[in-house]
Amino acid sequence: MTVLELQGVSKSFGAIQALSDVSLKIEPGEVVGLMGDNGAGKSTLVKIVAGNFPPTKGTLSIADRQVSFHRPSDARAAGIEIVYQELALCDNLTAAANVFLGRELMRSFGPIRILDYKTMYERAGKLFAELKSETRPRDLVRRMSGGQRQAVAIARTRLSDARIVLMDEPTAAISIRQVEEVLSLIRRLRDHGIAVALVSHRMPDVFAVADRVVVLRRGEKVADKPTAKSSPEEITGLITGAITTA
Amino acid sequence: MAITLEETISRQVHATPLSWILSRHTFWVFMAAVAACIALTLATDTFATERNIFNVTRNFAFVGIIALGMTAVIITGGIDLSVGSVVVLSAMITGMTMAGGGSIWLAIPLALAGSLAVGLFNGLMIAYIGVPPFVVTLGTLSVARSLAMVLSDNKMVYQFGPDHELLLALGGGSTFGIPHPVFALAILGILTGLAFRWTRLGRHIFAVGGNEHAATLTGIPVKRVKILVYMFAALTAGITGILEVGWLGGVTTNLGQGMELNVIAAAVIGGANLAGGVGTAFGAIVGAALIEVIRNSLILLGISTFWQGTFVGSFIIIAVLFDRLRASRTNE
Ligand SMILES: Nc1ncnc2c1ncn2[C@@H]1O[C@H](COP(=O)(O)OP(=O)(O)OP(=O)(O)O)[C@@H](O)[C@H]1O
Ligand SMILES: [Mg+2]
Repeated sequence: MTVLELQGVSKSFGAIQALSDVSLKIEPGEVVGLMGDNGAGKSTLVKIVAGNFPPTKGTLSIADRQVSFHRPSDARAAGIEIVYQELALCDNLTAAANVFLGRELMRSFGPIRILDYKTMYERAGKLFAELKSETRPRDLVRRMSGGQRQAVAIARTRLSDARIVLMDEPTAAISIRQVEEVLSLIRRLRDHGIAVALVSHRMPDVFAVADRVVVLRRGEKVADKPTAKSSPEEITGLITGAITTA
Repeated sequence: MAITLEETISRQVHATPLSWILSRHTFWVFMAAVAACIALTLATDTFATERNIFNVTRNFAFVGIIALGMTAVIITGGIDLSVGSVVVLSAMITGMTMAGGGSIWLAIPLALAGSLAVGLFNGLMIAYIGVPPFVVTLGTLSVARSLAMVLSDNKMVYQFGPDHELLLALGGGSTFGIPHPVFALAILGILTGLAFRWTRLGRHIFAVGGNEHAATLTGIPVKRVKILVYMFAALTAGITGILEVGWLGGVTTNLGQGMELNVIAAAVIGGANLAGGVGTAFGAIVGAALIEVIRNSLILLGISTFWQGTFVGSFIIIAVLFDRLRASRTNE
């Protein structure tokens, strides 16, 4: 069974061709590194899978069934969790509020449903502890460090039983110790049969956890091979265009 | 490693309730309003009279009710300039319906429906077409007042048919010595405050104002949230319109003119941040109280009413300056 399959996906923003004819398969429990230069189309690919916008051409399949997402909640319902590159946090809300943004926990208060602050604080606190992050659930995101913010964005992906987690540069702003935590989280997800797509500019991270590496250049897929059969030098060449095909 | 998970989860941002209160913007505005009242009581023998207090609280209620709706709009990062015109439109629909022999039970739903229609239009244009709130609501400011003029042929309405007395009692009467508009303000204030803090919609209103892009990415129905806040603002203006007819005992088409400014000032003084993401229901009410006390003091101290605009306008600017100052200090 394939968890996620893209077939001939293209996306253009007006005159900009962000993705052209990209096909890609991810199996359960597989970790795929997605690499490419700035503007190569990595985030665009992530957002198409996340249901933020539809592809201009091509199709998307989840668990071998073709899907079309109209909004982010459609993708979420299909078992897709995302860590956005821009983190998608609201500075004016608490860490816990951000973790649960868009899927707040509610409890019944007589005939009406109200926010369940207590449970949200507790669960967010446990998730931060699991990530070994010093993030406190009641703190405002405005006052947080880059690493704490990233922990909030990553904690979101643990709220539901995801089939696939897409992380767009989840280690860009965090310390070496926290990078290790994120990498071990990725391994834990893999061990649970969850597929992970890791977008990163950091070669060591990708080679540490990814089974396969996919390289995008100017919106085209130029390589897709097992990490074991490649090397950081080769990938660097593919990203920059020094090597044209793998 | 002395800190347990439980301690982290329950860790409050403020050490004691007192430090929490002292850090609240609303608390200081509240103290300013109280101080102004005390000063006026001592300085004049006209402020603390029953008649004057009665008038001040009722005026303050009208501004306060709409400031609640305005605060919701401002939290999402928007602004609604049309509220003053919605007041007159709602008042005129009420007046004309009742003057034509319609019952008050027909007039009120019609007036509220008319108000909500303006809010819906504002919201649709802002959420779906992406027209800046300032532009859309400036347009409806003109349209709604003009519709009120068309409706009444720009005449004063002061005969309200069979339910005349009921309408006057509704807006102008009082129960247990408290004017009815103050009851309306209290009820709406409590409901708004609860909705802000305890409902999913409330949470989403803050999220949209905090980071609209993030709200969209996380699947919050941003467009629906925006439409709802403009409809809520229009609803508060509509309710005020109905109550004001009853209080004044008549409607003319200049009712509510320039009111948007007092309302925005009340919301902003109450701590709503025009950049979005911040605001409270209680703040809106306290802000309205402070504005009304200051306005009243100008009258009682014999200062020309021509100065009122200067005060209200300066208040808005000063409140925004304070926000800027605070923002730059926290960024350092
Ligand atoms: N919403 C948008 N509207 C217009 N153009 C866009 C939009 N999103 C992305 N683009 C363009 O599409 C191209 C691919 O962008 P994308 O964000 O996918 O790159 P990326 O590979 O994630 O780069 P980076 O490593 O810098 O994050 C860029 O040229 C970008 O300017
Ligand atoms: Mg990117």
